[in-house]
Amino acid sequence: MEIFNNLVMGFGVAVTPIHLLYALIGCLLGTLIGVLPGIGPVATIAMLLPITFNLSPVAALIMLAGIYYGAQYGGSTTAILVNIPGESSSVVTCLDGYQMARQGRAGPALAVAALGSFFAGCVSTLIIALAAPPLAEVALKFGPSEYFSLMVFGLVAATVLAHGSLIKAIAMVVFGLLLGIVGTDVNSGVLRFTFNIPELSDGIGFVIVAMGMFGTAEIVANLELKDKREIFTKDVKNLWPTREDFKRAWAPVMRGTALGSFLGILPGGGALLASFGAYTMEKKMSRHPEQFGKGAIEGVAGPESANNAGAQTSFIPMLTLGIPSNAVMALMIGALMIQGIAPGPQVMNEKPQLFWGLIASMWVGNLMLVVLNLPLIGMWVKLLTVPYRYLYPSILVFMAIGVFSLSNNAFDVLIMAVFGVLGYICVKLECEPAPMILGFILGPLMEENLRRAMLLSRGDPMTFIYKPISAGFIIAATILLIVVALPAIRKKREEVFVEEA
Amino acid sequence: MKIKSPKDFWSGLMFLGFGLFFVVWAAIHYQMGTAVRMGPAYFPILLGGLLSVLGLAILLESFVAEGPPVPAFALRPLILISVGCVLYGYLMKPLGLFVATLALVVVSAFGGHEFKWKEVLILYAILMLGSWLVFVRGLTLPFPLCPDFIANCPIR
Repeated sequence: MEIFNNLVMGFGVAVTPIHLLYALIGCLLGTLIGVLPGIGPVATIAMLLPITFNLSPVAALIMLAGIYYGAQYGGSTTAILVNIPGESSSVVTCLDGYQMARQGRAGPALAVAALGSFFAGCVSTLIIALAAPPLAEVALKFGPSEYFSLMVFGLVAATVLAHGSLIKAIAMVVFGLLLGIVGTDVNSGVLRFTFNIPELSDGIGFVIVAMGMFGTAEIVANLELKDKREIFTKDVKNLWPTREDFKRAWAPVMRGTALGSFLGILPGGGALLASFGAYTMEKKMSRHPEQFGKGAIEGVAGPESANNAGAQTSFIPMLTLGIPSNAVMALMIGALMIQGIAPGPQVMNEKPQLFWGLIASMWVGNLMLVVLNLPLIGMWVKLLTVPYRYLYPSILVFMAIGVFSLSNNAFDVLIMAVFGVLGYICVKLECEPAPMILGFILGPLMEENLRRAMLLSRGDPMTFIYKPISAGFIIAATILLIVVALPAIRKKREEVFVEEA
Repeated sequence: MKIKSPKDFWSGLMFLGFGLFFVVWAAIHYQMGTAVRMGPAYFPILLGGLLSVLGLAILLESFVAEGPPVPAFALRPLILISVGCVLYGYLMKPLGLFVATLALVVVSAFGGHEFKWKEVLILYAILMLGSWLVFVRGLTLPFPLCPDFIANCPIR
């Protein structure tokens, strides 16, 4: 019963007043930015990253994690009441949730979303506790060639699961890898692509890139849209779902949790893909597929459970392998590094308090979120009436403070603006920024592991095939690429992602 | 030759351009090394080459497959928001937090749909107080508050 003991220790850490406070702050912030359209968890966590320097590592991670899964709860509120996804992973919740609201059933939709998320949160917390230790055990045996192949696999999976054109997503990953190696080369000390700018010798800050690509670029994209909102706030009276609702919703919640937990573990997965997958699955399995898009409760229950499960299980690769599966996890790794902790399988053994405390806090946080979201729903709804013209300058001020405080340097803010412009161009050209961010964080790691692997094998690239674990990753990556490139599946994949439109 | 998918055409060109740049720059300035002992140029040239090939493929495909046109750029918000951020950074050291925040809020607010001085100034006042109390007093970030030319800053 080692897991049991570990969980007890974790709860011991998580329920100390200070950690409860940070979990609450994280959940509140997460719900807030989840509710508000136009600002997501990536930009928020990026903004707060510099501030976590002053916190203990446990408190920092507990708060940042709360923001991520809190955003999944908050995002559904906006989707159901306003038909705008407050968060990208609640895009599909708009389809049926908003229709339910139009039929005067906003309350049950919100309740099912929150309760489904809570159930998914509990299950996936347990999954993390069970799956992470054995995975970390395996990962401890990884050498440079295994790590390199794992990263190749992760990046391939991330592109396969990205929206839109596959080849563009791969190009974005490679572009990200290249940007990631700007700075001092660790082996030779040579300054690469720094153009004699001293600020670039440490490389381009990850937080700065993330804030530009996801923050300023998003704001500009939002400003293009005229905001017209029809909010069903008065209809939120009867929160409790009927017996019939429960009967129809429990199975989708289960299925959504299972699918979401699985997709969350995959690199490139996480909340977004989980919710899309769950919606498609519910529609396929339903005996009344014609009700979907017209207020089917299954179309809310499934995706909402799935996105929360996916958000949480995406912590598994980050915690056990030290490899981010999405942009939020890349930021979490950034947070660990700020605290002087090298992410990887050793974290679990060296910092058990951190590891198990974080896991236990997720369960505590989920409980807080149900409380925050159901009785306090009116408060969050009020927030939606704040016009965007007040919001975006405020967001910009927080981002600017965050970036400037990284090293008290104006150049960082300039770089953020440059990446904002680049991010906006990418939005216009339908090039997804998320794969680029993953490439960016993995760039230096990949180069380092490639160099080591090649040095050990005396320059023989076959080392990646001769080692069984490494070969497994390479084969898996190749199969994924071939399968996705097949015309039939390619079409299917595009279908899944246009379902939202 | 007619461009059938403008979005792909321009993104292909962008990737090709960036890829070639990384390859050429690395080849001129850094040591290539060998596969066993990779020099600083090895990985960038490998990736830059890959990016160029991908960019070229996207570029060529844009002459074959149909695709949507590139939507118009909203230049006004793009420029004003970028300029606002840059001003914030570069005004901070000489003029202090309060002036820098003013520049960011006012310039970025010009990028929106409607601009009312009264609203913007109230918003500025709130954000200024907020950043001062939370970040400077609360989290003790070492931001300069007053402009450089004021010798003894009355605000702490």
